[in-house]
Amino acid sequence: MRRTLAISKRVTLELLRDKRTLMLMFLAPILILILMKLVFSANTSVDVKVATVNVSDGLVQQIDKMKGVKAVKFDSKKSAENSLKNQQVDGIIQSKKTDFYVTYANTDPSKTAATKAALNSSIMVNNVTELKRTLSKIQSQLPMQASSSTTQHVKPKIHNDYVYGNSKTNFFDKMLPILMGFFVFFFVFLISGMALLNERTSGTLGRLLATPVRRSEIVFGYMLSYGFLAIFQTLLIVLFTVYGLGVEVVGNIFNIVIVNVILAFVALAFGILMSTFAKSEFQMMQFIPIIVIPQIFFSGIIPLDTMAHWVQVIAYILPLKYSGEATTAIVMNGENLWSVMSPILVLILFLIVLTALNIRGLRRYRKV
Amino acid sequence: MKASVVSMKNVLKKFGDQVVLDDFDFEIQPGKIVGLIGPSGSGKSTVIHILLGMESAQAGEAFVFGQSMPDRKLLSRIGYMAQTDALYERLTGRENLQFFAEMKGVDPALVSEQIEHVSAVVELVDELDKKTSGYSGGMKRRLSLAISLLGNGDLLILDEPTVGVDPALRQSIWRELHRLRDQGKTILVTTHVMDEAELVDDVAMLIAGKLREYGQPDQLKKKYHESTIENIFLKVESQNETNVSHI
Repeated sequence: MRRTLAISKRVTLELLRDKRTLMLMFLAPILILILMKLVFSANTSVDVKVATVNVSDGLVQQIDKMKGVKAVKFDSKKSAENSLKNQQVDGIIQSKKTDFYVTYANTDPSKTAATKAALNSSIMVNNVTELKRTLSKIQSQLPMQASSSTTQHVKPKIHNDYVYGNSKTNFFDKMLPILMGFFVFFFVFLISGMALLNERTSGTLGRLLATPVRRSEIVFGYMLSYGFLAIFQTLLIVLFTVYGLGVEVVGNIFNIVIVNVILAFVALAFGILMSTFAKSEFQMMQFIPIIVIPQIFFSGIIPLDTMAHWVQVIAYILPLKYSGEATTAIVMNGENLWSVMSPILVLILFLIVLTALNIRGLRRYRKV
Repeated sequence: MKASVVSMKNVLKKFGDQVVLDDFDFEIQPGKIVGLIGPSGSGKSTVIHILLGMESAQAGEAFVFGQSMPDRKLLSRIGYMAQTDALYERLTGRENLQFFAEMKGVDPALVSEQIEHVSAVVELVDELDKKTSGYSGGMKRRLSLAISLLGNGDLLILDEPTVGVDPALRQSIWRELHRLRDQGKTILVTTHVMDEAELVDDVAMLIAGKLREYGQPDQLKKKYHESTIENIFLKVESQNETNVSHI
């Protein structure tokens, strides 16, 4: 126990003296969160300009009324195509007999989608107007009493109520619980991996193992110090998102901290394990695209049930999926620790296996 | 005859197909400074690693203080200094000493006393509260030696303790080693500086994984009719080569 404490004290002291790395751990997540908040709350409406050729005036007016869409009449397909080429318009709608032929620039899929939607709903609205006109014509020829019930059409008003957040809730809010875990995982994985790699290459690990220290005491010492680091990092991120960015956290903040500390332990064990396969710090960096980045895709940011079945299987071996599941439930649904027990247990299982592998793995450097 | 501090019997060590130590026998008597010399790649470090339990031999046995290695608890009685300085550069000299004292299992009440003592031995008392990243090469070497002295181990294993050290410091390190020997410590030193081999009690020549010659420097000089260890070493080495070519 004394040795475990001494190792964790030393690791912590070294970290505290490394101001740059410390800044990276605490300020980089904040910076990234601010940027993401800005990017995702930006005005997402699109402005589309559509050229119409040979389209009826009523329809052109109707398209023009659509939000964010402007319709311009062109005399010939040729001049419209020229405008499309010069990027003055985003699409051409040409009417031939009863059919429409639409050409999209398609350089921005959201504009293409907006054009499609505008055309479809305009045609619908046009048809409805036609229908109404026909109806009223029929009505006028019917006896008076029959018409009274159909003339009254009050447009219903829609009242919105949100279980989580408000009308401004966007993709950022969905990503946030997962991002919190990701930051913890990324920094702890990288920094602890580098630290142990450094111990190996500088020879201090050899010197450490030339003392009667147990291999487990080394691993536990590292865990203790990085556990504390994860607590502070999580608290900072959570407090900043709640009070700085105004994101709603329904559940208990301390439950998030607990999940993230367990995740930090997993990241630490993972980092230490991977560092044994790296010969230099650069090789440690090479694990980022292999081990860290793929976890983002499977962490729940993109709904897993929309993916192919064999792809979903990959998610089950990635720790970030489980922490994402647990924190999302805590942040958005206000679940308590009991109800997110199963992902937490999986994380603990990861932790036990990886820790055992690490203690075992140190045998490479000392046979006892 | 007193029991050997270090005893290696018929040790075989291979890394893959490469045989590093082959039927290697080695004994160290207590209270002696033994110099292990040999060309680089001859297996000096492997001998040390086996004695510390960092490697285990494929065949044969290694005993330290009469107990079979690897043995974790025995390490508290061994002071070890590696070829690299192996210091935590963000910590001060004192913090480094403190940390390794705790790892060695030094009695908490004695830690600060021991730190004072070992830093006085290597003349670093005034520099203890500076970060080791600011130390000169010589100071790092001295701190590294001081760490190996912590815990007052009966056996010191020093892997090339004087590499990159200026002559004055080298002399003071050797003076200190002799003093420790006189206090009853047993010291195993590897070196490839031949004139240092004149300063040891017994010199062991390790060539191609075998102990080719082992004895007091003066006796070896008589045996080979040479005036320096360096010449003897070259002679032994060339004999070994001719032996090999005859096979």
